[in-house]
Amino acid sequence: MTILKIVLRNAFRHRLRTALTILGIATAVMAFGLIRTIVTAWNAGVEASATNRMITRHRVSLIFPVPLEDRDQIARVPGVTGVSWANWFGGVYGNSTDFKNFWPRFGVDAETYFGLYPEFVVPPEQLAAFRKERSACIIGRKVAADHGFKLGDVITLEGDIYPGPWQFVVRGIYTGRDRTVDETQMFFQWDYLYEQVKQREPGRATDAGFYIMRVGSPSDMARVAAAVDTMFTNSRAPTKTESEREFQQSFVSMSSAIITSLKVISFVIVGIILLVLANTILMAARERTREYAVLKTLGFQARHIAAFIIGESLLIALCGGLVGLALTFPIVRGFGLALPGFFPVIRVEPLTIALALCAALLSGLAAAAVPTVRAIRTPIVSGLRTIG
Amino acid sequence: MTSPIIQIRGVSKSYRRDSMAIPVLHAITLDVPEGEFIALMGPSGSGKTTLLNLIAGIDRPNEGSVSVGGTDVTRLSESDLAKWRSRHIGLVFQFYNLLPVLTAYENVELPLLLTPLSKAERKQHVEAALSLVGLADRLHHYPRQLSGGQEQRVAIARAIAPDPTIIVADEPTGDLDRQSADEVLTLLERLNREFHKTIVMVTHDPHAAERAHTIRHLDKGELQ
Amino acid sequence: MRIPFSYIWRSLWTRRLTTLLTVIGVALVVFVFAGVLMLARGLQATLVETGAANNVIVLRRSATSELTSQVDRTTAGVLDEQPEIAAATDGRPLVSKELMLVFGLKRKQTNALTNVSVRGVSPKAFELRPEVRITAGRPFQFGTHEVVVAANIAGRFQDVAIGADLVFAGDRWTVVGLFDAGGTGFDSEIWGDVDQLMQAAGRPVFSSVTLRMRDSTQFAALKARLQADPRTQYAELKPERQYYSEQSQAMAGFIRILGLIVTIIFSVGAMIGAMITMYAAVANRTVEVGTLRALGFQRRSVLAAFLVESIVLAVIGGVVGVALASLLSFLRVSTMNFTSFSEIGFGFSLSPWVVFGAMTFAIVMGVVGGFLPAVRAARLSIVGALRAS
Repeated sequence: MTILKIVLRNAFRHRLRTALTILGIATAVMAFGLIRTIVTAWNAGVEASATNRMITRHRVSLIFPVPLEDRDQIARVPGVTGVSWANWFGGVYGNSTDFKNFWPRFGVDAETYFGLYPEFVVPPEQLAAFRKERSACIIGRKVAADHGFKLGDVITLEGDIYPGPWQFVVRGIYTGRDRTVDETQMFFQWDYLYEQVKQREPGRATDAGFYIMRVGSPSDMARVAAAVDTMFTNSRAPTKTESEREFQQSFVSMSSAIITSLKVISFVIVGIILLVLANTILMAARERTREYAVLKTLGFQARHIAAFIIGESLLIALCGGLVGLALTFPIVRGFGLALPGFFPVIRVEPLTIALALCAALLSGLAAAAVPTVRAIRTPIVSGLRTIG
Repeated sequence: MTSPIIQIRGVSKSYRRDSMAIPVLHAITLDVPEGEFIALMGPSGSGKTTLLNLIAGIDRPNEGSVSVGGTDVTRLSESDLAKWRSRHIGLVFQFYNLLPVLTAYENVELPLLLTPLSKAERKQHVEAALSLVGLADRLHHYPRQLSGGQEQRVAIARAIAPDPTIIVADEPTGDLDRQSADEVLTLLERLNREFHKTIVMVTHDPHAAERAHTIRHLDKGELQ
Repeated sequence: MRIPFSYIWRSLWTRRLTTLLTVIGVALVVFVFAGVLMLARGLQATLVETGAANNVIVLRRSATSELTSQVDRTTAGVLDEQPEIAAATDGRPLVSKELMLVFGLKRKQTNALTNVSVRGVSPKAFELRPEVRITAGRPFQFGTHEVVVAANIAGRFQDVAIGADLVFAGDRWTVVGLFDAGGTGFDSEIWGDVDQLMQAAGRPVFSSVTLRMRDSTQFAALKARLQADPRTQYAELKPERQYYSEQSQAMAGFIRILGLIVTIIFSVGAMIGAMITMYAAVANRTVEVGTLRALGFQRRSVLAAFLVESIVLAVIGGVVGVALASLLSFLRVSTMNFTSFSEIGFGFSLSPWVVFGAMTFAIVMGVVGGFLPAVRAARLSIVGALRAS
């Protein structure tokens, strides 16, 4: 009990120094929180993957389409409980250099798509309206909010993969079932895409971009993947079937260099926390050499001395950690605003908070190591002789 | 005749400085009877503080034995020695050595935290000790709010609070003005006379030495 | 009277451990700062300096990259006939009609499947891009299923050496040579015959057309004429340099902002660390300062001494940081370019400017971190300082 009292009073003896140390640690913890949040956001797509969905695409490259006829064959594979397909549309909205105008846009099979994506919650009457109207579209709540789109608005896109002007009427706005769902996507009817392309570019056939399948249980996945890919091995469009998680992961791995450097930086940050704290605790312990000697003369043991030093270090580390975490939230929000459209889902995860606190506390322990050993090992007589 | 409370036999001590061994004490033999008030005097470098440190159990001799209250302290392990000190030794230093972050009350309470006493019992001891030294009205002052003389009296209160076997004082008046020094010395005398505390004091102040019963001189590491 | 430099130096040495910790802190920050600068320059070299001054790229209007652009044969034919086009060594127009594809290769170390760009080119492509040079093997023969691969790609991906067969678009393509593109964007590509690739991939149209202008001032006239012509009204002309710079905007923007935030945060941390050390230095040497002043040194000499001490700390840290950062120039980073959807590699490029910028940054940190403590030292009254102990 009194150890805590002494630790507390000692920690705030030099208010300026302790304040600076807490600030330094807070800065580092905030950076740590920001970077880990970015890494998590990058992986958000992977984490949000459904456990029972698979993607079938052209084996060679995602940019090559797969034949529409394959649909029925895929649906008949044992284990598959639902099939749909989608094409990446791309296109340009407004000024293409503004990050805000970029959001994912797909032509999807109106009948089956939303059945396979229960996490996109669409009010039934809106879904019905979407299906009835050829040029209708359903957009996510976030993109609607960011751009002020309401039901009945017309969104005009300039196509690139499918050139020409395109207009879609907003007939539905979906919300995510939970906070990990991407609410920035836009879906319109695949049939509309097919018809329009036939009209605008006669001779150009439109195939499916990729297929999405739902399987009965995750354990069916390996078998279904093998079955589907074997079916089309020698066709003009050999396929690669993988779980949605693997599919999303492949995008993330392409940016692995950036993600790896971010992770490395987050470790460096922990090192900086350690340095700042170690510096301070070293100085503090050195100043109190005589006091620790006096405590030893009174009969306090090595473990008591250790408790004083480690306690002070942990206290400062914890304060710094908490302040840093408090600052992380606004800075993450600021980052999200500076780069809109980059990360559809960016939030500070509980794991990140836990890691940041752990980093601070572990640094607290590590920073106290050398001063503690020194204080314990210093003979009483030398300690008493020290001039503060 | 009871045996001397402090028995020092053939004690030698030298310090290592870089690669040289500097001898400080040479074959010291000394007996201090219980209830004695003894002053150790000598020029600087004579080893008197070193001898005091050995008696207080905060340093170990290279040769010989030191017995206090029947215990040979040279044979104790570090942590046993610490425990022994908390019960048997009351230390008073030249520069008071109070913890600046604790009040007078808390400073005096410090050594009692190592005993099994309850909070209420500790309170009794602390208040008694501080009354004895005449500072009952300054319980909750911090050292920086006290004068040098008052700080030293708190230090003495801290030394006597656990009711130690002997009191060891290293230049207790070295940093005090004449009046405060007299007050402190009177206090020590009283502890010795009324409460029968054995006191070993190192000093080079002749006024302080006068108050003791016995004066021993140290020169170049040997007792005269 | 100025306080001797040796006093400053020895003060730092006496508190070695604390000094070391602060120097390490500063070094780390300078390392990150220099790293970010070097990365930005490397990105610049790859993405912006790709493209020759007189080259113009033609894409479908509003296409954001070659991958999503289509230029049909009719349009390409019209482009061939334009008078502003420079002549190749054989007298024909210096034009290359090209197709962009993307296909997956496995990375050597991580086994991760990554998109690599495949560019189908016309015979004039090499003359249009003199920075692209064959460094091993030979150029591919047009009319065959031969390809050449950027040496970078061959180094980073599995099974892409000379003699290997790549299988895509239902066919085998033999690697007959490696090329080096001088650090530009082409360093992440595979090149082959555009006609062969179009056939194999079932694409009836090109992705883009690149041409060299005789005189770049005629760009506006050329653009206007093509806009007016109904056969080419959907074609958009851009100077090649501008196109590549736009390609990198998303990536560069992201890295720049991230780098900036990280650097700012790190430098705040380092300055705080320096401040703590310097305040402690001042506090510990209060008596020294009093003595110095009593001896006759002026307040401003004391201020200068502490400030210089702080700067010396920072400079040492800065030198260490820059030295570490220079090691980065041996590193090549590759990642996915968001716009082109495929692998792009770039390096860290060290230059005198980077060194200058980083050292300036270090000195600024030293000054800011050491200023307030130095002021405190200078403000101490002589008597107060001597009495403190």
